[in-house]
Order: sequence, then structure tokens, then C-alpha cells
Amino acid sequence: KRRRLTMADILLGVTGKDYVLLAADRSAARSIIVFKNDEDKILELDSHKLMATSGPQGDRTNFGEYIQRNLQLYNLANSVPLSTHGAANFARRELAEALRRSPWQVNSLIAGFDKKGPSLYYMDYMASMHKVDKAAHGYGAYFTLSVMDRYCVKDMSLEEGLSVLKKCIHELQTRFLLKCNSFILKVVDKDGTRIIDMDGNTVEPPKPKTFNKSDDSDSKADE
Amino acid sequence: NQSELDRQREREREREREREREGSMSYDRAITVFSPDGHLFQVEYALEAVRKGTTAVGIQGSKTLVLGVEKKSTAKLQEPRTQRKIVALDGHVALAFAGLSADARVLVHKARIQCQSYRLTVEDPIPIEVISRYISKVQQSSTIRGGKRPYGVASLLVGFEAGEPRLYKVDPSGTYSQWKASSIGRGSKTCLEFLEKNYASDIEEKDEDPVKLAVKTLLEVVEAGASNIEIAVMRDGEPMQIVSDEEIAAHVEVINKEKEEEKKRKKLSSVSSWPN
Repeated sequence: KRRRLTMADILLGVTGKDYVLLAADRSAARSIIVFKNDEDKILELDSHKLMATSGPQGDRTNFGEYIQRNLQLYNLANSVPLSTHGAANFARRELAEALRRSPWQVNSLIAGFDKKGPSLYYMDYMASMHKVDKAAHGYGAYFTLSVMDRYCVKDMSLEEGLSVLKKCIHELQTRFLLKCNSFILKVVDKDGTRIIDMDGNTVEPPKPKTFNKSDDSDSKADE
Repeated sequence: NQSELDRQREREREREREREREGSMSYDRAITVFSPDGHLFQVEYALEAVRKGTTAVGIQGSKTLVLGVEKKSTAKLQEPRTQRKIVALDGHVALAFAGLSADARVLVHKARIQCQSYRLTVEDPIPIEVISRYISKVQQSSTIRGGKRPYGVASLLVGFEAGEPRLYKVDPSGTYSQWKASSIGRGSKTCLEFLEKNYASDIEEKDEDPVKLAVKTLLEVVEAGASNIEIAVMRDGEPMQIVSDEEIAAHVEVINKEKEEEKKRKKLSSVSSWPN
């Protein structure tokens, strides 16, 4: 039952020659209710690190923000940013120590670009971690890992990586029971993190919805 | 004879009483309890320690905040890069301190944790007033309970709160207050007097550079030379930036020229005022 809580979120990641690409579905839902369709599950831990998280909303956001704030503290206190390896191990240790007290149900993918180049870490809610070239979490993994195995090559360019992800998403949209219309794609490379669309073009970060006191009608609030 | 002995005994008793009193006074000086005349000696000694530290100035413009410090001369074999007196507490807050650098290091670390903790719970960058209050709370807590000595550090904090620039000063006594321009450390009295004469809150509207004012203020107390001054600038929405040595040297040149011209002017005007 614990495992099923993290299964519905789709997280995908591929590493290329000089970047890491992460994709996550955008729906926040539990049981038969969909809360929202524009959830951003990929956190920017710092200028050159991304963390995609899956699981119940509370654990997911709490754990992600906790890791994010501690990384910021480390960067400020030490004037040298932590490596991706260090950040991933820090997150893993937090999960491991909480595991036998009050565990977080959070599966994650940590992607970063540092002196050693791009790296991707697969971490599961029981704090098992592995450095990988391609990864997927949840039910989505059953459909996409084989596609990645078939089409991923070493030292892919960003276009090649995107085409693999497009194939994965197509597979999910065809064969996976749960509707997955929209995904958020984020890439991290030597220039840092940015949000991109399916064609590789940079996209503005999604603005949070604002509700002005002056607007009374519902339709205005929906804009 | 009897009166002599009495007087002797009186004198001995007086000496004993004095020794007792001295004993209790040295007790006052050791930990932070009040002295009979209402002083907290340890806090005052901490302020003395700050007064021995290198000077720091802070200036609030309408769009820019400037922190300037006197750079302590480094030993020949020492790496100057590792001596940092202006530190970033978070992306939007910077701090310059005067006093014991070891105490400052501990305080800065505590403050950094607090900045992130605030962001985690409130999801907003910490307001400058709140972090100043936190630092002063930490400093005050060591003046009230047994065994601890106060932190021998005074700090100047700068940052923007909702687009408005803010400068705060924190004392070893644990008091904090907002300033338009301030100074701490060994040259602070001179610098403060200079700033009172030369600071105007609309410096930037008058097209004057608050960085130049900071350099000018520090030159009053520092041995002349750009190598003895370090300046950091903070603008709204941007992290703190350390001003390059070249820029400081350029300001120093301009200031020195202006001083020369001012001297010449004064000489001429004093000559013209001589009676014929």
C-alpha cells in the first residue's frame, strides 16, 4: 500500500553528453480525484541541480523543500556549491535516517551538472540510490524503461535525448491507463537549469496563479 | 596608647572590608551580573573588543546599499583571499562585522541557518529586520545566563525588503536599530562624524555614488590606499557584489584630487582674506 502511493506519478530522466533531461507528469491526484493539472514536480535545488519527486503531496513537497533549503545553506556557508554526488548522498542519508522513524514516501531523481559533468541519481523511498544514465519511477517505468533501453545511446545530444523522451511519452499516452496529457521538461547543463518544451525551446517558468481581491467573478479567477 | 590600638584595629577592619568588596567586584567582572552602579561590565568590555576591531561602514542610498570595511594587513605568507569581513547571509542579505572574527564566524553561521529556516517555514526571503532581531537575540542571550561571555562582535546588515533598502546595526549588548548610514570598529567615531556631515539620503538622486562616499569615509581612518579597503554593493533583486580593486583605486584617485583642489581653494581664500 505504501508503494502504491508513489506509483501514479511519472518521473523520467536521461543523461546525455553534457546535460541531464528530466520529465515529470503534471497532475496532482489521489484516488479518483484530480486536484490540479499544472503541478511542477521538479524542484530546482540550486543553479545547477534538479530534483524530481513523486509521492503524496505533503511528503513530496516537504522533503524536496527541506533538501533544497539545506543545499542553499551549504552553498552560502561554504562559498563552494556541493557536487551532485554530495547532494544526492545528503538526500539519501536524510531518507535513510528517517526510514525507521517516520519514513518519507518520496521517490526521486536527482540531476546535476558539476565539475565532473552531468550526472543522474535514482533514489527510491527506502533510500536505495544508484547513479544511472537513464531512469524512471512508478508505473511509468514499466512502460518506458524498455523504450529507453532500446533508443538511448552514449553521449546523446539534446535533440536525441528529447526524441527518446518523446517516444517514452507517446508510449505512456498510448498504453498507460492513467491520462498523462502534459509533462514538464527541465534540463540542466553547464549553463544551469531551464524549462524546455518538447522541441527543446526554452519556456518561461509557470507563473503561480494570483487571485486579485478586486475580481469577484469566477471566470476571472480562472485566468 | 589605647586610642592608637583602636585606630590600628579600625584600619585593619577597613582593609578587610575593602578586600571583601574587591572580591565581590571581581566576581561582577567575571560573569554577566549587574555591578552595584548598574553596569554590565562584560558587555562593556565586549564593546571595547569591538572598538579594537577594524572599521566597517554601511551606507543606504535610495537604490543601492554599500558596505565598506578596512582590510587588515595580511602577513606575507598568508592568503588574503581567506580573510572575509563582508559575508552573504542569504542571496539578499549581506553582513559586515567588527570585533572578534571567531565569534563572528559562529554568529554568521547561526544567522545563515536562520535565513534558510525562515525560507522553509514562511517561503519568503527573510526581512532584514527579522534577521537583525535574531542575531541580537543570540547576542543578548549570552549576557543574561551564567557561564557565557558576550559575543565580541558588532554587525552591519544590509538588504532589501519589498524593494526598500535597509541598513541595521547590531551591538554586542543585543540591541539592534535601523540606520541610514553607520559605522562600527576602531574608526567608528570618526567615520560616524564624517557621515553625519556628508551623508544625505538622496545621494543617488543627486547623481553621487554611495560607493564613493563609502571609500571617502573609510579613507578618513584607513592608511591611504585602495588595497586597504574592501567594498560590497547590494542592489534590489541581485546578490551582493564585491567591488573590484581597480574601481576602488579609481575612486581613491578622484577623492585625492578633490582633496588637493579643496586644499588649494582654501589656501587661496585664506590669502585673499589677509589684511593689506
